[in-house]
Amino acid sequence: MLKARVIPCLDVKDGRVVKGVNFVDLRDAGDPVECAIAYDAAGADELCFLDITASHEERGVLLDVVRRTAEACFMPLTVGGGVRTIDDIRNLLLAGADKASIMTAAVHNRDFVRQGAEKFGSQCIVVAIDAKQVGPSRWEIFTHGGRKPTGIDAVAYAQEVASLGAGEILLTSMDRDGAKSGFDLDLTRTIADAVSIPVIASGGVGTLDHLVDGIREGHASAVLAASIFHFGEFTIGEAKRHMAKAGLPMRLDPQTASAP
Amino acid sequence: MSVAIIDYGSGNLHSALKAFERAARESGLGDTISIVSDPEAVKTADRIVLPGVGAFADCRRGLLAIDGMLDALTECVQRRGTPFLGICVGMQLLADRGLEHGVTPGLGWIGGEVAPIQPRDPALKIPHMGWNSLSVNVAHPILADIPTGESGLHAYFVHSYYLRAANPAHVLATTDYGEPLTAIVGRDNVVGVQFHPEKSQIMGLRLISNFLRWRP
Repeated sequence: MLKARVIPCLDVKDGRVVKGVNFVDLRDAGDPVECAIAYDAAGADELCFLDITASHEERGVLLDVVRRTAEACFMPLTVGGGVRTIDDIRNLLLAGADKASIMTAAVHNRDFVRQGAEKFGSQCIVVAIDAKQVGPSRWEIFTHGGRKPTGIDAVAYAQEVASLGAGEILLTSMDRDGAKSGFDLDLTRTIADAVSIPVIASGGVGTLDHLVDGIREGHASAVLAASIFHFGEFTIGEAKRHMAKAGLPMRLDPQTASAP
Repeated sequence: MSVAIIDYGSGNLHSALKAFERAARESGLGDTISIVSDPEAVKTADRIVLPGVGAFADCRRGLLAIDGMLDALTECVQRRGTPFLGICVGMQLLADRGLEHGVTPGLGWIGGEVAPIQPRDPALKIPHMGWNSLSVNVAHPILADIPTGESGLHAYFVHSYYLRAANPAHVLATTDYGEPLTAIVGRDNVVGVQFHPEKSQIMGLRLISNFLRWRP
């Protein structure tokens, strides 16, 4: 039986983890590779890097992080942030990422999704959607960290990118992001039920029950969280055991320590 | 011993290389792992790995685009009995034909065809993406020391098509996704896995070690 996935997400800026990871003794908690190795050993089902480096010229630093992570962690790795061209996707995949997450570039040019999927396969293309509620059961796509409205309906957009060949949707509620009040379950369920590809729920996790809700009520295939793991509130293992206890199918395989 | 991971333009092989190196090191095997695109280098390898991501037809085209590669593979695997591991689309290519974007011939080493996954339950998403368990039909050395079944170790899958083998005896293991999907095929010196051992953490490293030790 296919298991629900728990995906920790690390924000990376100029090759360093923003805010660091507190849950385990690391020599350098700001090194994304060390954090990735720790999450790998903790039983994370996948890993996500979100690059928030302002300058596109510093891309080499991120690629080096991806390369070193792929050498040390034998688990799926998604990288997003600033993915604008086919070459950006190619460079990430060649560095060892398994999936590239694209957001703004897809909003401005839907054909980019099709091109990426045709070139590298749907399994490589994650479309990230940042959505805000604008009415009863209506959500709109926002860019620039939720500051810029686009006028695009989130559900119609999700269906469109799925039909263009996206392999997965990373759905973040900008209303809930950082609020710790749980996923926007209406949004998550509406999108998950509207598309045939897997949806990753993101934005708003504050408790382990929120993770359960994202799968059970939100119909998501995976849940993504950042702060509850980074700050040591909960470990990946605690989260997955909690979800299993709630009756969700989870992978609880023993992990070997993945020393570099 | 030398292991050739074939590079035919189908995706990044760096993590596969690193996973094979790690598995060889941890098992105390002194294998040399190389990424090769030269048919001559394939002919001198003691073991051959064919990875593959993307579409069946693209992968087939990539393989044919290297002059002499198909002949080298046929000679080594079919005539000399060199141990062979296909991964993901590299496994699907073992079939007679693929049905993704039209009909494309495969290597024909495992009879059958590669058909779309069509779950009756609409809640089951396509691609089949994530960690799933294995049910073993036929015991095989490649699964040594790997607990299987619902309480066993999981493998990481990502695929929208699966190999429907003509001979059930060639299906060594399945994974359940609304119906049993072929997860591992094998006959003689050939095995193929639908999942990604290089992305399957401890399970994957064990399977790779088993392949490196396998004497068909």
